[in-house]
Amino acid sequence: MASPESAVNGPTMTAGAASKSLRNAFGGVIAFIILVLIGVLAFSIRLFSVIKYESVIHEFDPYFNYRVTQFLSKNGIYDFWNWFDDRTWYPLGRVIGGTVYPGLTLTAGTIWKVVNSLNIPLSVETVCVFTAPIFSAFASWAAYLLTKEVKGPGAGLTAAALLAMVPSYISRSVAGSYDNEAVAIFALVFTFYLYIKTLNTGSLFYATLNALAYFYMVCSWGGYTFIINLIPMHVLLCIVTGRYSSRLYIAYAPLVVLGTLLASLVPVVGFNAVLTSEHFASFLVFIIIHVVALAYYIKGILSPKMFKVAVTLVVSAGLAVCCAVIAILIAVVASSPTKGWSGRSLTLLDPTYASKYIPIIASVSEHQPPTWPSYFMDINVLAFLVPAGIIACFMPLTDSSSFVILYIVTSVYFSGVMVRLMLVLAPAACILSGIALSEAFNVLTRSIKFQLPGIAGNPSIASEENGSSTVVAPNDIPKTEEAAKEKPAKKNRKKEKENVEKKPTPSKTEKRLLVLPLEASVIAVLLLVLLGAFYVVHCVWAAAEAYSAPSIVLTSHSNDGGLHVFDDFREAYSWLSHNTDVDDKVASWWDYGYQTTAMANRTVLVDNNTWNNTHIATVGTAMSSPEKQAWEIFHSLDVKYVLVVFGGVVGYPSDDINKFLWMVRIGGGVFPHIKEPDYLRDGQYRIDAQATPTMLNCLMYKLSYFRFVETDGKGFDRVRRTEIGKKHFKLTHFEEVFTTHHWMVRIYKLKPQRNRIRGKTKKSKSSRSVSSKRDVRGKRNPWH
Amino acid sequence: MGRSSTVKETQALFQSLRSAYAATPNNLKIIDVFVGFAVLTAIIQVVYMAVVGSFPFNSFLSGVLSCIGTAVLAVCLRIQVNKDNKEFKDVAPERAFADFILCNLVLHLVIMNFMG
Repeated sequence: MASPESAVNGPTMTAGAASKSLRNAFGGVIAFIILVLIGVLAFSIRLFSVIKYESVIHEFDPYFNYRVTQFLSKNGIYDFWNWFDDRTWYPLGRVIGGTVYPGLTLTAGTIWKVVNSLNIPLSVETVCVFTAPIFSAFASWAAYLLTKEVKGPGAGLTAAALLAMVPSYISRSVAGSYDNEAVAIFALVFTFYLYIKTLNTGSLFYATLNALAYFYMVCSWGGYTFIINLIPMHVLLCIVTGRYSSRLYIAYAPLVVLGTLLASLVPVVGFNAVLTSEHFASFLVFIIIHVVALAYYIKGILSPKMFKVAVTLVVSAGLAVCCAVIAILIAVVASSPTKGWSGRSLTLLDPTYASKYIPIIASVSEHQPPTWPSYFMDINVLAFLVPAGIIACFMPLTDSSSFVILYIVTSVYFSGVMVRLMLVLAPAACILSGIALSEAFNVLTRSIKFQLPGIAGNPSIASEENGSSTVVAPNDIPKTEEAAKEKPAKKNRKKEKENVEKKPTPSKTEKRLLVLPLEASVIAVLLLVLLGAFYVVHCVWAAAEAYSAPSIVLTSHSNDGGLHVFDDFREAYSWLSHNTDVDDKVASWWDYGYQTTAMANRTVLVDNNTWNNTHIATVGTAMSSPEKQAWEIFHSLDVKYVLVVFGGVVGYPSDDINKFLWMVRIGGGVFPHIKEPDYLRDGQYRIDAQATPTMLNCLMYKLSYFRFVETDGKGFDRVRRTEIGKKHFKLTHFEEVFTTHHWMVRIYKLKPQRNRIRGKTKKSKSSRSVSSKRDVRGKRNPWH
Repeated sequence: MGRSSTVKETQALFQSLRSAYAATPNNLKIIDVFVGFAVLTAIIQVVYMAVVGSFPFNSFLSGVLSCIGTAVLAVCLRIQVNKDNKEFKDVAPERAFADFILCNLVLHLVIMNFMG
């Protein structure tokens, strides 16, 4: 069918081929320029925080990463690898080399070193602040490559443009948000791209690159378990739906072996790469794919009759072996109390697990399930383009499009469990929406093109394309190879090729039938462009207003439109660094640990790493106890200063009184003499006149509201919107040393022990023995 | 009765397997022997670990995974070099071998780093 046509069209074909290659080159240049612009867009949209506030590191976790990067840049990699930090979790310390994901800090440290060796004097802080926008540009380019493998360059460019702007990704990668996800999302998308590329080409070279990219992902983020579970799931899906091919084996088997080895190289993961349940899926599918490969091989070399005999023999023997192996596996896994999964992974599978067993994981606000509006806020228009993209992936279904479908389905489930994982949903949503938009534009512009007057010669050119393309492209090679070979300049060239690949022979007649009315197509194109415009407007608004605030500096607008800045946190940390000794220990709730060590350079008891629940419970108990007991707890831990955050004067809602319920719960979880009902009146925490006496006497209340009545005479708490219960009281064991300008951070010093006890030593000894007898009968307070 | 027929069938099966396998070209057979050697080495290491104990675990892991890794990579090479495989007919065997070498280099670099 094809050859006589091509023989007849010989001379015209060479001319056509020349113009086609020119158009392809032109298209390639345009695609390159668009990609550069997308990178610039991704970088600039994240600069709002630097423009509106200043180039400062945001939030809490980035301060720890910043401190680690400072250490790395000052002391070199060997000291960093072996670093034992004694300025945090006093008196336990923390092995930083073995418990931190080094990808982000090593990346930023390398960039800093390279840039400084080129004599560009960037400070470590600047590099840290701008790492995230740079890597978001890289992530958009990786999304372009991935979607190009799945559907073609047009879809790739659309997906890249969408990912550059999607608010969910902006929220965690804005300039200043120096956290693991900044680098990890790029690593995630790039690893998936290399996997799909290996699957499509079957080249071992890309398989090696895939394993190296996976290594980078393991270095960067704990979310790498998503990759090592999603890829085996996809392999299993391909096997079960009969799409097994030797390319699948090449894509998967080297990744498992090399990936497991590389994952064990990272100290944080270590032997968990082979011992925890999170990785067992990959091993299981590794075994399964070998069995399937062997089966296909034997099927290939035997006659069908013999193959049936072989199958019956193998099935009966293999089942026995399988059952034995699975029984061993189940025994090993069931012997561990958490069935081999870590606490955070269990929370993902069973969302109620954390609230029942690990209150610390439940208390982090980013671990809560998202609300419905947050989907629209975070991925906006993409939320209803994704189903269209899923349908487009089914026409036709290739290995790569089935992978993308699996990716979106699993990420939607996990994003529903934890709001923090909306971030993993964002690239999948962008890819599928890019595919949907690209397909829609294809259909519409094709309809317009074939109905425009004066394109009478087009059908013959189309038939020539028909002929040449059917020679070049057999039906079963995935579309991506074709699209990868020829980058079309305009969308209509690509449409024709797609059209050809879908229906090679009857395409000439069917092309006429698949055309929409001209006016409808024009209006539809305009509407789609409008949709894109709304998306852009929303993204820019979200980036500028919602996600650019560094939580270390707060602002509010005064009545005359001016901006009032609340810089209390940095004021307090700088007071600490200037007015206390280097070895003084500061106690506060764990939220502020990273910032205190990074900015104030003082030793803290607990910080955001929250690896030791008992230590946090000790601090929580101290905050919930009366003054004397709290003083004793803190004194036993060598604490000199206590820091509390109080928002009642200015109306800052995330202060320690609002977090107090977690202090009670976590403390009460370890020390049973703290009972939550003691602090509740009618099931609520209250600080007004109706509060319980335990609440009014606890350390947190006293440290927050000491001298509070002097601010307005009545003691009206702006956050809780009531007057406080106990207004005039003195502190017996603590003294106030500093309160910031807006009363947001208050620092107290432990008063030293009295030199002599006035008089009553004998009586106090007997009273102490009486009180200790009482304590033994009741709940034991370990500090008495 | 059923048993003798299954025995006969099994014998016929092995005969046909052997004759079909004898027809494969020599270079593929060399690769198969290499794969068998690698798997055998891995099994020996596992047996040794079962006898002696698994400390230090990273050495055991790196040893076993290097054997399994070379086996897997050799199978991938065999897939790509096999002339009966229609999907790979435009990949030169030299290219396949070069990829194999590269992947092995990375694998053994990691092994040497991890062995401790």
